[in-house]
Amino acid sequence: MSDVQSGADAPAGAVGGRAGKRRNPLGGRPWVAAAFLLPALVLLGALVGYPIVFSVYRSLFDASGHGFVGLDNYGELFSDDGIRTALKNNIVWVVVAPTVSTALGLIFAVLTERVRWGTAFKLVVFMPMAISMLAAGIIFRLVYDQAPERGVANAVAVAVHDTFADPAPFPGAKPRPNADLKASGGGAFTTRSAVSAASPANLPLVAVQPDDLRGARQAVAAGPRPGMITGTAWLDFTRGGGGRAGVIDPGEKALAGLTVEAVKDGRVVASATTAADGTYALPADRAEGARIRLPAANFAAAYHGVTWLGPALVTPAIIGSYVWMWAGFAMVLIAAGLAGMPRELLEAARVDGANEWQIFRRVTVPLLAPVLVVVLVTLMINVLKIFDLVYIIAPGSSVRSANVLALQLFQSSFGTDVDEGLGSAIAVFLLLLVMPVMYVNLRRIQKERRR
Amino acid sequence: MTTLDGAVRGKQSLAARLAARTGGGALRIFLILVALFWLMPTIGLLLSSLRSPQQIAESGWWQVFSQPAQITWENYSRLLGNEKVMGSLLTTAAITVPATVLVVVIGSLAGYAFAWMDFRGRDGWFLVVVGLLVVPVQVALIPVAKLFGAVGLFETTAGVVLFHTAFGLPFAVFLLRNFFAEIPRELLEAARLDGAGELRLFTRVVMPLGGPAIASLGIFQFLWVWNDMLIALIFADSGHPPITVALQQEVRQFGNNIDVLAPGAFLSMVVPLVVFFAFQRQFVSGVMAGAVK
Repeated sequence: MSDVQSGADAPAGAVGGRAGKRRNPLGGRPWVAAAFLLPALVLLGALVGYPIVFSVYRSLFDASGHGFVGLDNYGELFSDDGIRTALKNNIVWVVVAPTVSTALGLIFAVLTERVRWGTAFKLVVFMPMAISMLAAGIIFRLVYDQAPERGVANAVAVAVHDTFADPAPFPGAKPRPNADLKASGGGAFTTRSAVSAASPANLPLVAVQPDDLRGARQAVAAGPRPGMITGTAWLDFTRGGGGRAGVIDPGEKALAGLTVEAVKDGRVVASATTAADGTYALPADRAEGARIRLPAANFAAAYHGVTWLGPALVTPAIIGSYVWMWAGFAMVLIAAGLAGMPRELLEAARVDGANEWQIFRRVTVPLLAPVLVVVLVTLMINVLKIFDLVYIIAPGSSVRSANVLALQLFQSSFGTDVDEGLGSAIAVFLLLLVMPVMYVNLRRIQKERRR
Repeated sequence: MTTLDGAVRGKQSLAARLAARTGGGALRIFLILVALFWLMPTIGLLLSSLRSPQQIAESGWWQVFSQPAQITWENYSRLLGNEKVMGSLLTTAAITVPATVLVVVIGSLAGYAFAWMDFRGRDGWFLVVVGLLVVPVQVALIPVAKLFGAVGLFETTAGVVLFHTAFGLPFAVFLLRNFFAEIPRELLEAARLDGAGELRLFTRVVMPLGGPAIASLGIFQFLWVWNDMLIALIFADSGHPPITVALQQEVRQFGNNIDVLAPGAFLSMVVPLVVFFAFQRQFVSGVMAGAVK
């Protein structure tokens, strides 16, 4: 206010005024000022100011716009199941997305500071900020494609999974009905009778996928071996018919690579893997009298990766795409903060014998705190209004689980179930959430002007 | 010796010291891996856009590395013949250019007035404008849709331009007022002594001096409007939608039209990426100034 006061004292167009004053108003004629301001104020008034007032007013009426309902629309924000999901997701978004983006930005900024090719790195990470959320959404629909043949996320997930866990040799296979094998829970099969070295324990299976039989050899009946319990696992099915159940007919294929366990009193006492001709052998001294079990791992369905865009993971998956877009923003702002940091303080800490981690924790981060707060708050405001990414990435089947306030507002205002009263209430609610930031902005500017 | 060593090391950043300690290898490999990780989604889109629809449906884009012969421009040549998509790029330009120019011109006028003119309530008005910085566009969707409907601007390019201009203005006024306020008073006074009027002063002195801030603002607003989908979804002419809306309509059948979506998305990214790489510095300073938004 002091500026306006002092400005009014000085005659319009005063020249060479007191040097200490920050600004010396040059144009004194109010109509000139009005002409310069008019376009901005008209647009802001009509398209920003008036809509705020209208939204508040409209939010107090029902869908038709005639019935006054007071604060009922706001109550519905917290009672309607769909909107509650949106609210819950928004909280997850506001907490997770800015934090992860800022943390990554901080790490990247610190690691690339004054590294020669750091600029190239920053450019790569910052680049996604230049593209639309629509394009980013399409990019991540591809990344999260459910089929591991197409989606890179699941291709990696499957590759990693199969590195650590061998894929099941015969997914979906099961014993021939009426065979001696019965399901023993969890997808495993166990023989009903105990085995002995005297007679081979054969394991007839069916329902083997043709793909899993590629290169399979002819099954061979295991002969007795001294000191061993033997048997054959094979596909008990003759192509073209004519096979006998439970008998290894000519042309029936061996099932190689099956894990066979001998189980006594619930404990595995011996185990073997079937050979290329389908035979296996277990030491009789340990396995005599045990039952043969085919563990579930033999028949587990192949791993097809993670259902990224299913109801359970859709929100974290979309947050991942957001972090991809915005970590660069955090990084650039934090890097600018780092560049302006007083080096003497770091040096003093170093002289005092602090190690790099301590310096980072106790000096760098506290000094960066103002920047980190600005980044976090900016991202929070941004995330509060998240719409495009959710709208594009969430497939129809999980769009309810991915719902956020801005999407709900869009649906309520322009979608299939239009209720402008409710839409307006969501809009006003969003506005209320950013009010504290508005207040802080204004306080900061007032403070700056007093200086 | 020790002091010299200390003095030299004191100039180094944590990253440089880490690099020195690990021989540079570990840090470099880590950063290269992260960079590849960050590039991968975009590269995936690019390579997908260069494969035939059957190949996209059957296997992943990484197959291109083992079978480079898969690369084909067919999707792009088909897209260039697609009038709807190409027309939508023109619509995007027809929205973005005026919305950028308008926000720069109107924002500069107001910024100059707030910085250098004397009128009653100047500071109060400025605070009001700054207060509007964080207002979410969502608040205006329903009311402005009604307003535009009443005056015939709904589903018109002009309506979209006005909406973007209005919501770009608080930031524009904030940025430019602060920048203009730093112009040395002597310059303005000298021009006034030479008999320049306010308009002349504005166009000949203030606008040229405000170049850097205007560039930042322009780049920022350009990318913002070019990349917008929500506002266009509601206010643009649905018969002639901008590229984001046109592609969004295709997303509904995601899976069987990636051969349109992937090249389309990439085409929509070309202009922003060129602008981004050409004006990195201005973009970054715009982003930094806009951190309050």
